[in-house]
Amino acid sequence: MTLLAVSGLAKRFGGNAVLAGIDLDIEKGERIAVLGASGSGKSTLLRCLNFLEIPDAGSIALDGKLVGRGERELVQVRQRVGMVFQQFNLFPHMTALGNVMEGLCTVRRLARPEAQARAERELARVGLADKTAHYPAHLSGGQKQRVAIARALAMDPELLLFDEPTSALDPELVGEVLGVIRALAEEGRTMLLVTHELGFAYHVATRVIFLADGAIHEQGTPDEVLKHPKRERTQAFLARHKEFSL
Amino acid sequence: MAQWDFSSVLANSDALLVGAVGTLRIFAICLVAGLGLGLLIGLGRYSRRRVFYWPATAFVEFFRNTPVLVQIVWFYFALPILAPFTISPLAAAALGISLNSAAFSAEIYRGGIQSIERGQWDGARALGMSFLQAMRRIILPQALKRMTPALTNRAIEIFKMSTLASAVAYVELLQQAKLIASLNFNPIEAYTAVAVIFFVFLWPLVQLTYLLERRLARDE
Amino acid sequence: MAYQWDFTPVFANADLLAQGLVNTLKVTGTALACGLALGLVLALLRLSRLRLAAWPAGLIIEVFRTTPPLVQLFWFFFALPLIAGIEMTPFLAAAVTFSIQSSAFFAEVFRAGIVSIERGQWEGARAIGMTHGQALRRIVLPQAVKRMIPAFMERAIELMKTTTLVATISYADLLFAANEIAQKTFRPLETLTVAALIYFVVITAFSLFARRLERRLAVSGESTVH
Repeated sequence: MTLLAVSGLAKRFGGNAVLAGIDLDIEKGERIAVLGASGSGKSTLLRCLNFLEIPDAGSIALDGKLVGRGERELVQVRQRVGMVFQQFNLFPHMTALGNVMEGLCTVRRLARPEAQARAERELARVGLADKTAHYPAHLSGGQKQRVAIARALAMDPELLLFDEPTSALDPELVGEVLGVIRALAEEGRTMLLVTHELGFAYHVATRVIFLADGAIHEQGTPDEVLKHPKRERTQAFLARHKEFSL
Repeated sequence: MAQWDFSSVLANSDALLVGAVGTLRIFAICLVAGLGLGLLIGLGRYSRRRVFYWPATAFVEFFRNTPVLVQIVWFYFALPILAPFTISPLAAAALGISLNSAAFSAEIYRGGIQSIERGQWDGARALGMSFLQAMRRIILPQALKRMTPALTNRAIEIFKMSTLASAVAYVELLQQAKLIASLNFNPIEAYTAVAVIFFVFLWPLVQLTYLLERRLARDE
Repeated sequence: MAYQWDFTPVFANADLLAQGLVNTLKVTGTALACGLALGLVLALLRLSRLRLAAWPAGLIIEVFRTTPPLVQLFWFFFALPLIAGIEMTPFLAAAVTFSIQSSAFFAEVFRAGIVSIERGQWEGARAIGMTHGQALRRIVLPQAVKRMIPAFMERAIELMKTTTLVATISYADLLFAANEIAQKTFRPLETLTVAALIYFVVITAFSLFARRLERRLAVSGESTVH
């Protein structure tokens, strides 16, 4: 069943066409890895899906219902489509627990005890039960990103967007974040993941999309795209990343 | 509802002109004296020698932490009792505004000099320059560039402060407006006219400081 | 001939000075409270994408930052009552003038603080479904205000010094009281010196407090705006 249907999505910045007509159907339970060189439009695609960027053209339908452009509607959609950022974007003036509770209290209007119990559960799930009272400044990069994942999960999103979640991390911290994402994959969550971790994409994704010049250049199963790419640019991209073993 | 009628102000434009000259005179005096003295005191604040540092610090703290109008009134009414000479309204107001501006600009100079990295001093000293040579040739020129927006801002403050001279009946724009208002019973037009004059004169200067700030932020 | 200092007439009128100081603090406090509230409103209007809101807010800010406070005070005291046909007391004129005047400065502090918050904070808030207002109130302002505190303190001190201008419209603040006593007792040197020292002590105490607060904030690792 199609969760999110994207058609003809386009976005320009200045004179630059960053997305030039993307058609994409995301089925429930799918895990899509999005690859592409920098500037290929990966991040913009993700940011259009939860309307942090407003697309210039095209349509997005969530659960069969076309999304309009009204602020009210966008706020609703963002609650159902969670996002995890490269730079975490944690709120520095709140503890880990406060960060996870924030959406529950302010947006969902849950009572504080209920929100707290929920937030504690989410933090335990990402392995941070003992860090709830810590402020972001006192957490490692990997811990920050796990808090950010817990914050997104707390809203119970139907679709999770990951925008290069490990790119800002020291290499030794990448594993703990990928571990959490892998666990979410095993729960059968629907997710879209922009990443440079090709090995991870190969093992976790159900579908791989290769973007070039703001369009889908090639897509298929991880085996098709990553092991037997058909098109030249995909091959060239993968050749440049061949130090990653699949 | 009062009727606006600026003709009574225009009829007194010669009085306003006299006021404008008075404003410009006290502004020029305080600008030169305030920013000049401020540099000396700023160097004192920067100095590691106690004989310079402590008096400069006391000066800055005292004049920054008292209202300039109190200083002007003190110089006008209190100082003549101690001093063997009379003090004109211009002298009292200029003293108050200049010393106050010196205290504020001293902190600008000090901050500017301190912001120059140590390597510049080392480079200058390595060429065999004395402290003063290094300060004059290497440090101050760079520091002044960084200080320009803040100093321009000070100049604008001095211009605005010049109106306080009217409190001791020095003839400047606001004082003349008071006069015009009391003679013609037109306070609305008189005070509005003076406000507009100040705005028209200062607004371009304010825009200039914004521009300088932006340019500095871009260059750094 | 050395001048014979005599402070007894000043101390005999200590109650007038005390009342003057109370009045100074009253004007300062009123203008501070109103100025902060109005300043936030002006800043939000100026940051708004609606030109119809941003432009007038910008004009008010520019006019009150650019014209001398004493001219503003005279205008509100002498001109406004005639235009609006209202009764104007010196206190009301002072409160209105200094509230609006400081709000213009506070607005710029608020604005600098708000724009200093990186885009990621807005996006983090939007991504969990917050509205613009919720993001501003819960995420952006709390962080911005912390960065703005030193600038606020500086402005509050400036405000207290500026309130001495009310003496020129015969509001009985500390400076006005000192002047009265000086004329009554023919002791301007002693009276005005004492008045200056009172201002110095009050303002220094406040700025020491501000510096300590700033240091405490600096320890918690936050940068500040000016």
